[in-house]
Amino acid sequence: MNRTDPPPAPPRKRLTFVDLILFGAVAALVLYAVYKVNDVLVYDWNWSRVLGFVIRWDPETGHWVANLLLLGLFTTLRLAVWGTILATVIGVVMGFCRTSDNLTLKILSRGYVELIRNIPPVVFIFIFFFFVTSQIFPLLGVDNIDTHSPAVDNSVFRVLFGRPELFGNFLAGLLCLAMFEGAYVTEIVRAGIQSIPKGQWEAGQAIGLSPLNVLRDVILPQALRKVLPPMAGQFISLIKDSAIVSLISIQELTFLATEVASTTTRVFETWILVGAMYFALCYSFALLFGWLERRAARTRR
Amino acid sequence: MSDATNRPLVEIAGLCKWYGDFSALFDINLTVHEREKVVVCGPSGSGKSTMIRCINQLEAHQKGTIRVDGTDVTPGMKDIEKIRREVGMVFQSFNLFPHMTILDNLTLGPMRNRGMSKAQARELGMHYLERVHIAEQAAKFPTQLSGGQQQRVAIARALCMKPKVMLFDEPTSALDPEMIAGVLDVMIELAEDGMTMICVTHEMGFARKVADRVVFMDEGEIVEIAEPETFFNAPRTDRAQLFLSQLLGH
Repeated sequence: MNRTDPPPAPPRKRLTFVDLILFGAVAALVLYAVYKVNDVLVYDWNWSRVLGFVIRWDPETGHWVANLLLLGLFTTLRLAVWGTILATVIGVVMGFCRTSDNLTLKILSRGYVELIRNIPPVVFIFIFFFFVTSQIFPLLGVDNIDTHSPAVDNSVFRVLFGRPELFGNFLAGLLCLAMFEGAYVTEIVRAGIQSIPKGQWEAGQAIGLSPLNVLRDVILPQALRKVLPPMAGQFISLIKDSAIVSLISIQELTFLATEVASTTTRVFETWILVGAMYFALCYSFALLFGWLERRAARTRR
Repeated sequence: MSDATNRPLVEIAGLCKWYGDFSALFDINLTVHEREKVVVCGPSGSGKSTMIRCINQLEAHQKGTIRVDGTDVTPGMKDIEKIRREVGMVFQSFNLFPHMTILDNLTLGPMRNRGMSKAQARELGMHYLERVHIAEQAAKFPTQLSGGQQQRVAIARALCMKPKVMLFDEPTSALDPEMIAGVLDVMIELAEDGMTMICVTHEMGFARKVADRVVFMDEGEIVEIAEPETFFNAPRTDRAQLFLSQLLGH
């Protein structure tokens, strides 16, 4: 034996005979189910009509352009990105309020969280949608935006928020979704802040930092890094939950898919395709968050 | 050997504190002058930490007065940050900011509180890292350092605010034996440079070497205040005798 010898290689993980039998059994079960379904279900699969609603040939411009389903996917993506940002802002502010010593802030944030967590999302969104469109929009003047003014009718705006004439529709859905998801983010942020040892607050205070600076420079960076995994889960939930706003006629993927399914009567094809689109979107986000997590772990060392 | 001046920096009078019904501190009176070094010792639970934590209001007291360099320190006061900037504190568990490099740990305070530019703060930070003999670790993260090195960083972080007085709350209690000397050396150098210090510690060698006075506390009261030689060789009270015999008796 020699001290400089390389260490022995770790044992390799490989599939055993039992694993193969298990896989075979699962595959057989799936095939059997498909066979049985085909037997009962006399269904004439026709994918081409549905695929035509993903992209279509525009004879006027002579280009392939996005059709309803792809437009819906883009709206869902916009809802996901803006919803994530907005829900994070709400969640961080409210999460801080939850841990605050100030009784008013505590009551307000607690009320917000409990109200939303104890009402079904659909019910909350019906109520809140009415509030947003009848109270908040007139106040902000959203309904009076001139859709042809260069401020909104440009390519940057279209990429960020979609078609100007649907902006009010998009914003209503976004606010509903962000308010709803914000409550869950609040609880995650609260848990994150409370997981930071008291000594970190004290060390920040002892060098004379204001409470806000302690929070911003010391507590939140550590807390947010800690809660990245549950946050990632919540944001992926947000994408899936965005389907709920189809009920208030927000023109996102599920809403448009309902229309496509009823016009084409190709129900299975439409929903299987839409399911695949959601999967692709959610899984990309999952990969992105996984990468962020590894990066955060690397800088912390 | 004392180079203390006549200027009182920390004045504690009639200080009382309760946790619920439990009286944690009772009628504490202690004045620490500029450049004076005071070592506070006593059994665990005797209120040593609580007392020094009242000075920068990490604990709020309920009765009595505390003055730091002539300014009254009161619970819930608005400008407590101003006081804390003049009072450096070193904790038993270091409490470095784990998400920042060593140098960033040091520059945060001066940049946020003293309006220093990043370059100025880094220069200041490097100066104090050199003083605690770990300048070469500036770019590392706290968890990459040994406990002793982390505690020296914590001392440097406090010094970066150029405090008028330094509070040490059992700075070597959480350290492995071989790490203690390095931290004590830094504290001794600091004492020799004339820093005003209040140290809660059981390091008797340190106390003999630098302390002008030793404060012995028990059950939330100051039982005895004496010069180190007198205190260690001929403690007046039974409680101090018992404490010292337990400390040295094994």
